[in-house]
Amino acid sequence: MISIKEVEHVALLARLELSEEEKEMYARQLGAILEYAQMLNELDTADVPPTAHVLPLQNVWREKDEVGRQLEPEEVLANAPDREGQFFKVPRIV
Amino acid sequence: MDLCYLTAYELHRLLVKREVSAEEICRAYLARIEAVEDRIKAFVTVTADLALEQARAVDRKIAAGEEVPPLAGIPVAIKDNICTRGVRTTCSSKILHNFVPPYDATAVQKLKAAGTVFLGKTNMDEFAMGSSTENSGFFPTANPWDLERVPGGSSGGSAAAVAAGEAAAALGSDTGGSIRQPAALCGVVGLKPTYGAVSRYGLVAFASSLDQIGPLTRDVRDAALMLNAICGHDPLDSTSVPYNHPDYTSFLVDDVRGLRIGVPREYMGEGIEPPVKEAIARAVELLSSLGAEVEETSLPHTRYALPTYYLIAPAEASSNLARYDGVRYGYRAEDARDVVDMFMKTRSRGFGPEVKRRIMLGTYALSAGYYDAYYLKALKVRTLIKQDFDRAFEKFDVLLAPTSPSPAFKRGEKVDDPLQMYMSDICTLAVNLAGVPGISVPAGFADGLPVGLQLIGRPFGEGMLLRVAYTFEQHTDYHRRRPPL
Repeated sequence: MISIKEVEHVALLARLELSEEEKEMYARQLGAILEYAQMLNELDTADVPPTAHVLPLQNVWREKDEVGRQLEPEEVLANAPDREGQFFKVPRIV
Repeated sequence: MDLCYLTAYELHRLLVKREVSAEEICRAYLARIEAVEDRIKAFVTVTADLALEQARAVDRKIAAGEEVPPLAGIPVAIKDNICTRGVRTTCSSKILHNFVPPYDATAVQKLKAAGTVFLGKTNMDEFAMGSSTENSGFFPTANPWDLERVPGGSSGGSAAAVAAGEAAAALGSDTGGSIRQPAALCGVVGLKPTYGAVSRYGLVAFASSLDQIGPLTRDVRDAALMLNAICGHDPLDSTSVPYNHPDYTSFLVDDVRGLRIGVPREYMGEGIEPPVKEAIARAVELLSSLGAEVEETSLPHTRYALPTYYLIAPAEASSNLARYDGVRYGYRAEDARDVVDMFMKTRSRGFGPEVKRRIMLGTYALSAGYYDAYYLKALKVRTLIKQDFDRAFEKFDVLLAPTSPSPAFKRGEKVDDPLQMYMSDICTLAVNLAGVPGISVPAGFADGLPVGLQLIGRPFGEGMLLRVAYTFEQHTDYHRRRPPL
């Protein structure tokens, strides 16, 4: 079980607004999942390097720096919920 | 002749002999969709006009005497997290319910170049998070073998569409088993390629270090044909590997003599239902009788794969899904006081419960004070899991295991208990963590429900997987059975 306060903190970080029922449900469920994950502490990993990625690829550079076909502004803006000219429009920021 | 249950290469043969036209094939599939879709609900979007247009283009080429590639005129379905230019791509999420991509995923572009015919976009667990397709933000999909049961997930729509004769082949995506597990539960073939074998450009990201696009097909030859069409390096995906892919159909030989096959005992233990174990035991017997050297082995860190996966995948997801904020595309909450309030309301209403659960879990695992204890710890255990496979492949050509611990379960059976649902993936998760390829092939039935056999290979060992799978298929007929629809 993790606390409701922790759930509220994580929800804010994740930009999620949760109902009281959701907070309780996630406190319970996340607690159970994290408790299950404690199993990993059975393993001594002090000398084990982390694997973020399985491929041996590193520093992949573009072979040629060429101008390719890019999306037209109209194509990019076609899905915008709201726009003004060639800008995405959002509610008040400050 | 029922066109809807022929394989892609059988359809191809009829096409080039001009016994049937691509348009006739296309119409047969559209009629099939019309006939069964209200029971199966495999599709989020059916693109009948596009399909007919593509089919006629193939017919014109054949009429002009042009040689057409092996998948030309073959009706396929695309999982709805793979971008299709001009065709709605929703990830089965309310937050993307109206998103129309301005570009094609590379895999889609390659299938277009191969002349396939696009029937539509298939249902899935929202953002590919789930094992039953019940997490779709729109509706659940039914298993064609028993409409009360789930088709597996998250590529449940793709698997059900192929099983129900609504598509000859389909694309899915596999982050922790999402191609193989539904393939097993629906009685079709599902291949997760090596990480980096198929471009992820245009695949809506869930967990970027694990996601991979692959085919779901009626048999192993079709899986090889689809893989041929979609694999290859792509400058638009820096994690796609510059690798000289062979013609995968060249591995389709009925011969496993002398091949060394390992059966990890951790995949045959607790939690695997008896009918699944029996089917796997029969597969072992068959392959041994055909000359393979089958031996028990061990992947000692197997039990840690589930907790490792459920820290890494949600962590990556929480970062990838930060982009859904209502600014540039998709759903936006309209009643917001300011921009942060808009982000919060948009995300809270747009995402379903499982997606929120994973975003919360991943955010927690990455947050200050918990990063080392959870996320970094999981990355280290991932190394141990990968080393298990490296060691096993020093000795074995292929590993053999069940795909799913049970046949298809009933709708609603596991939805209230996330951990229980996560357990459905215990046989498939480690393969993604290690980045190696895996294939599921039909290996029997339990009370009328399909059971899948999983073969796991070395990185870029798809050819070997296809060879063993093909040989198994040549000596069984499970893949030819049809659901009672």
